[in-house]
Amino acid sequence: MSAAVVTRPSPALAAPAFGSTLTGTGDLLRFMLRRDRMRILWWTLGVTFLYAGGLGEYVLLDDPAASEARSVLVSSPAMISMTGPGYGLGDYTPGAAVANEFILWVVLTLAVMSILQVVRHTRSEEESSRSELVRAGAVGRHAPSVAALLLVLIMNVVIALTSALAVVAQDFDVTQTFAMTFAIALGALVFGAVALVASQAYEHGRGAVGLSLAVLGAAFLLRALGDVQEQHGSWVSWLSPIAWVQQSRVFVDLRWWPLGLCVAAIVLLILLAAFLGSRRDFGAGLVAVRAGRADAAPSLAGPVTLAWVQQRSALTWTTLGLGVMWLGSGTIIREVPNMLDAVQGNPMYAALLGSGEDMVRTFLGIFGLYIAAGAAAYGIAATLRVKGEEESGRTEIVLAAPVSRARWLASPLVVAVLGTVVVQITGALALWLGAASTGYDELAFGDYLELGVAYLPALATLLGLAAALYAWLPRATGLAWVMIGYVFLVGMFADLFDLPEWARKISPFWWIGNPALADVEASHLWGLCGVAAALFLLAFAGFRRRDVPVV
Amino acid sequence: MTATPAIEIHDLHKSFGAVKALDGLNLTVRPGEIRGFLGPNGAGKSTTIRVLLGLLRADSGSARLFGGDVWRDAVELHKRITYVPGDVSLWPNLTGGECIDYLARLSGHSDRGRLRTRKAELLEHFELDPRKKARTYSKGNRQKVALVAAFLTDAELYVLDEPTSGLDPLMEAVFTEYVREAKAAGRSVLLSSHILSEVEKVCDTVTIIRNGTDVESGTLDELRHLTRTSVTAVVGGDPAVVTSLPGVHDVVITPADGATRVTFDADNARIGVVLSALTTLDVRSLTATPPSLEELFMRHYGDVLEADGVPAAAVTPADGADQDKAGAR
Repeated sequence: MSAAVVTRPSPALAAPAFGSTLTGTGDLLRFMLRRDRMRILWWTLGVTFLYAGGLGEYVLLDDPAASEARSVLVSSPAMISMTGPGYGLGDYTPGAAVANEFILWVVLTLAVMSILQVVRHTRSEEESSRSELVRAGAVGRHAPSVAALLLVLIMNVVIALTSALAVVAQDFDVTQTFAMTFAIALGALVFGAVALVASQAYEHGRGAVGLSLAVLGAAFLLRALGDVQEQHGSWVSWLSPIAWVQQSRVFVDLRWWPLGLCVAAIVLLILLAAFLGSRRDFGAGLVAVRAGRADAAPSLAGPVTLAWVQQRSALTWTTLGLGVMWLGSGTIIREVPNMLDAVQGNPMYAALLGSGEDMVRTFLGIFGLYIAAGAAAYGIAATLRVKGEEESGRTEIVLAAPVSRARWLASPLVVAVLGTVVVQITGALALWLGAASTGYDELAFGDYLELGVAYLPALATLLGLAAALYAWLPRATGLAWVMIGYVFLVGMFADLFDLPEWARKISPFWWIGNPALADVEASHLWGLCGVAAALFLLAFAGFRRRDVPVV
Repeated sequence: MTATPAIEIHDLHKSFGAVKALDGLNLTVRPGEIRGFLGPNGAGKSTTIRVLLGLLRADSGSARLFGGDVWRDAVELHKRITYVPGDVSLWPNLTGGECIDYLARLSGHSDRGRLRTRKAELLEHFELDPRKKARTYSKGNRQKVALVAAFLTDAELYVLDEPTSGLDPLMEAVFTEYVREAKAAGRSVLLSSHILSEVEKVCDTVTIIRNGTDVESGTLDELRHLTRTSVTAVVGGDPAVVTSLPGVHDVVITPADGATRVTFDADNARIGVVLSALTTLDVRSLTATPPSLEELFMRHYGDVLEADGVPAAAVTPADGADQDKAGAR
């Protein structure tokens, strides 16, 4: 090297320009969009079809009698807690009905989406230490957070647009429709911002999702509480971001200012997240991770207790969630005769509900089918957990201990079967509780219990099928889910599609019929029990002789 | 040999569809023996172990634990063994401590007080925090959970399938200590690994498996006998006397301070002849090291590595007679 080289003074590091903590946001956003393109597609399609499919019954409300009946229906406390503050009940147009009954559920759905997406791209990335690689590059401290927010903003806007088009296509007012879908998007974004704050607070993605969902649950409860207290909502309602969306009174008397609360909340939450984010270390949270037990409880002594530990939270939440749904459904049984009068002209309903006889009992039978389908879905999911155990490799460690294959398989199955019974029976009893709370007593407690119990042998055959598939054809366990779909199809639409007799007989539920209308034949019940027992025996025989894990 | 072997596998075959995972494997572990089970990934080590545990059903051949049928008598036999897989998966919503206790209870050990002190000791040595949920554990920590659970109980046979994958060297040393403890207590161990130094540290005997067949089996000393000793000497004379002898391979000659440094591998069978030739050369320094397992391994997998694109020069050739080209002249 020659000495003539002029040594330039090394440039002093200038004070960082404003916004340097956001460097790289655009690149990150593009990467997220690329990585999530299928998720974005499915969420958009899903929510749009939710609108497209759900709107059908509201179009029927153009008829004054039907709209009157509907407004009575949604005035019960149980229905208010599951709908909205009740604007426009005096003249319950299809638009007012959609706004009152739809907004809550779409906000909940999109809020869950926003929460999952924000946590996925912020805290979970940090937890997996993938973002350690990213942050080591020329990427600002706040860039991942801002990019994640922009991602959910884009997703919500896209969904607002597509779903607005789906609604407008069914002849709803254009301005009101767009106001509604974009108000919903704004409401969902509040929870996205909540998730961003939660991501700063918790060290693990699950904790952040949990905290955000807890906030969402509180928002749901406060809104319900306030709206039940007072028509159009008390001050309690106003504590909930969901209410801010509903209080915009779309399709009735549109006002914009409640949406300003959403915007203000989003801005404040983002500032809070930025404040917290600047003060913590990478990978650290603000809430210390709670330490668990160092020693197992004495009860954790065998595969049965372990299966219970694994399944109990799913069982609790399914029982509660479905229970609340059937409780709410029960409160409308009283109104069924009025409703049926209103829709009797509709041939589709006539085909579903049959005609003449005791329509309430027919209706109850349909609820029975719903409840049993819910219990079946729970049961099959619980049964097929064994497949996840095997795939993860946990089965091997247990079978390497002195645990027989029969014991290993029986333990989760016993818990799954008992859990299914719990979901089924509590569902039927919740329906009774809902009906009884409105003073409806033409059907006795025993009728509901019988409705629940009658399905148990049929449910057992479905669980047996799932277990047998797992033992013999582990790759084909999806067939158990196909079977549920088929059972439901036969139960609801057999007459509508004019299905042949043999095709109906494949469905175990067909042998039950409608227990509210006629007693189930004992031979059918015994037959179903026999089939279930055979399937379970088959499952054990198959699992005893095959390789674990199956390749 | 009077005692029933802890593990006795004879001519074992197992196929998955068209893929032959095991093709006539033989393996024996006598009571009190620590046997290394060496082979690269995909050689059939885990398949063998899964057959031994009664998880996979062999197509033909026999596999016995303590003389019992591994498939039919699985539950009874498993009371006497303990198993550590290479990739431990735990129940995500249990803590590490709960997983350990659960596995110990499954094994039917009831002396609670002894278990507790032993567990505390193991947790301390392996530096594992048992209060964290299993889902938050790293791979190494999950491995530690399985190791603690395994060494917690008094098994007659330890079946360890690449047990130290994901552990740092410090923890590997702790693991080695516990294997030695088990050996001292007269337990039998089958230690599957592709880490040669690990096997060399603790094992008495080694079986090398390749493509589902055992290609070499014996005590470490026996195996070393089949191979070569590495010799490095600084000599005043002309080393050609030695390097031209049969059984001398891979000669490297470099000038060293007015003398000559010569490095070569000698067949153990001819080491005596080679050494006496060497002593005539005005030896100034001499080191001779036994062959490492690395070299044993390379002999069996050298061609595999070459096929994988590793340059042949990096591999000790099976026949090294022509290896006299390297070195500065």
